[in-house]
Amino acid sequence: MKKDLVSIKDLTADEIRHILVTASTFKDVLKRDIKKVPTLRGKTMVNLFFEPSTRTRTSFELAQKRLSADVLNFSVTTSSVVKGESLYDTLRTIQSYGADYIVIRHPCSGTPHLLSKIVRASVINAGDGINEHPTQALLDAFTIQEKLGEFKGLEVAIVGDILHSRVARSNTLCLRALGANVRYVGPPTLIPTYLPKGIRAFYNLQEGLRGVDVVMALRVQKERMDRGFFPSEREYFKLYGIAEERLQMAAPNAVVMHPGPMNRGIEISSEVADSERAVILEQVTNGIAVRMAVLYLVGGADA
Amino acid sequence: MPEGLLIKGGHIVDPSQGIDSIGDILIEDAKFSKVAIGTTLRVNNKAIRVIEANGMYVIPGLIDMHVHLREPGYEHKETIQTGTYAALRGGLTAVCPMPNTNPINDNATVTSFMIRKAYQEGYCKVYPIGAITKGQKGTELAEMALMHEAGAVAFSDDGRPVMNSLVMRRALEYSKILNVPIISHAEDLNLTEGGVMNEGILSYAFGLRGIPKAAEEVMVARDIALARLTNGRLHIAHVSTRCAVELIRRAKAEGIKVTAETCPHYFTLTEEAVTGYNTNAKVNPPLRTADDVAAIKEGLKDGTIDVIASDHAPHHRDEKLLDFDNAPFGISGIETLLSLSLSLVSVGILTMSGLVEKLSLNPAKILALSGGTLKEGCQADMVVIDPNKPFTITEESLASKGKNTPFLGRVLTGKAVYTIFKGKVYEVV
Repeated sequence: MKKDLVSIKDLTADEIRHILVTASTFKDVLKRDIKKVPTLRGKTMVNLFFEPSTRTRTSFELAQKRLSADVLNFSVTTSSVVKGESLYDTLRTIQSYGADYIVIRHPCSGTPHLLSKIVRASVINAGDGINEHPTQALLDAFTIQEKLGEFKGLEVAIVGDILHSRVARSNTLCLRALGANVRYVGPPTLIPTYLPKGIRAFYNLQEGLRGVDVVMALRVQKERMDRGFFPSEREYFKLYGIAEERLQMAAPNAVVMHPGPMNRGIEISSEVADSERAVILEQVTNGIAVRMAVLYLVGGADA
Repeated sequence: MPEGLLIKGGHIVDPSQGIDSIGDILIEDAKFSKVAIGTTLRVNNKAIRVIEANGMYVIPGLIDMHVHLREPGYEHKETIQTGTYAALRGGLTAVCPMPNTNPINDNATVTSFMIRKAYQEGYCKVYPIGAITKGQKGTELAEMALMHEAGAVAFSDDGRPVMNSLVMRRALEYSKILNVPIISHAEDLNLTEGGVMNEGILSYAFGLRGIPKAAEEVMVARDIALARLTNGRLHIAHVSTRCAVELIRRAKAEGIKVTAETCPHYFTLTEEAVTGYNTNAKVNPPLRTADDVAAIKEGLKDGTIDVIASDHAPHHRDEKLLDFDNAPFGISGIETLLSLSLSLVSVGILTMSGLVEKLSLNPAKILALSGGTLKEGCQADMVVIDPNKPFTITEESLASKGKNTPFLGRVLTGKAVYTIFKGKVYEVV
């Protein structure tokens, strides 16, 4: 693998499959009584979060600790960034700590790309603006593979705010690389006007879910409503909320996914979230194994 | 000191007089004293310096009607001194700085400061453009007549549009007192809000917020409607889309008083230049698609677009060394204006005479400036161009403080070798 994982575009389909296979080995480790391996002992990992995050940061931190790495959490509220230090200087300072790996989340698209050009450390993108969230896509792929096996010919519907979703972008790249078909479902205001080739958009949820194997609901951000992308949460739920009766068109064994945190009663009904179809908690568990695999493989640690 | 200058054997191109032939030009007392076509000027006076211009173009000094010199207020980006020096090296003898300085050029004091500073420290002529509204806030008209009296040649809130249509109507009406154009930065801010590159497949692929072409086009359409209503003079700055070109073409056919400019990056680059989050390619309006580039070239060819200007927007390196969202818009373009425009001649879109119109004669006409001509008796502002000289764009090759150009590393063909301002020769090396 390359030095960095800033985009799913950095990976070939074979590399993605290799990450998934490696992740399943680490998942076995996580089932043991002692969940720690010495694989990356002595490596320094900095989690550089310019945006509040509990889940992703916790997941990375657990993955790093399970690999025996030394972990430093650097978050924007406690850092010199609030004192007016420039991004460039912050990034170079982190390099000077001697970090071997930097996990970065930033509200602006492309920041991990900038970081990867400045530092020698391996850079892992933990979400940049509305651009990408590669490890989320990999853990979603891992979860789909566990539940459904093959990717070839699989129909995946991503539902909701596609336009502003880094989860949707990375998942689209990852799932299509593995041979699945991706469709977008949501209000036209939240679906890009210019769609990548081969992607169909549905403004009607029932039509959009016809025959799909995977339903991926995205979190609705209240800010979008305030900015006029849709009029109200109740209208959104009526049109695009994933509820039991709307899943009847989907394949019988279809699974429902959500990257979290969920808004019950807005993008997903409480009943569906707690149903057999939902694999939302498995996604969380798999996230640790997949991030262990990424940290292990990035920069060629396995070579 | 030589008392005069003789430029011998160059290819003289001066559309103001319909000249497009080999000839000699004599300059005395900072004025063109003789333009000889088809004959050779013999001068026995030893005090006259001779420049051999065989194989060179000899044309009127270029006039860039859209630049940002950043002074007063942002001297870390550029000053009137450094900006005009860069201009001279690019073959320019006059530039028109936009008013988004600090303080904003919305009053005669700032206008006078710019002119005085240029006179004291500048390397070429500076014709300031005043703000349309006080503080460029888009609400109250600025003192246009007083600024005009101090030397402002046109009015624009460049960098920002006048969003309020009624205020824009008033500006187009009021400027008729002075018979100067209102220069429109055509952008609907509600449509662009948060956008950083052209909206399209690529903006989605890069995860960057898009600026739709419609943001430019609705304002071009609005301003044309207001020019029709008021019979005021409208000039559309930095045209970048096909539909904007078509709207202007129709308005001209209808007889509306509208002129338009584009910039070299809009006929040279597409949105793909943003690849890799290259902040040097972040510019407003954004780089568009190949179809728009083709339409801009058609507009230049058929005269819909009157002027090529640089929209020179120098920034400090620290400002462009940011994430794409937070880096400022703008390309440092004053020194690449000529070389990039010469490519239009080599591919046959414009004749050399047509190019001189876009870069010199038309800006002079639109803004009622002296210049744009080699007529005998006029101030000797001109440029000698070597059309075959390679020009490698590097940070070191640029005199401007702003090194922010997406053309870094490119090798262009053709550049100014002598720029003559008020009869004084500057050799570009």
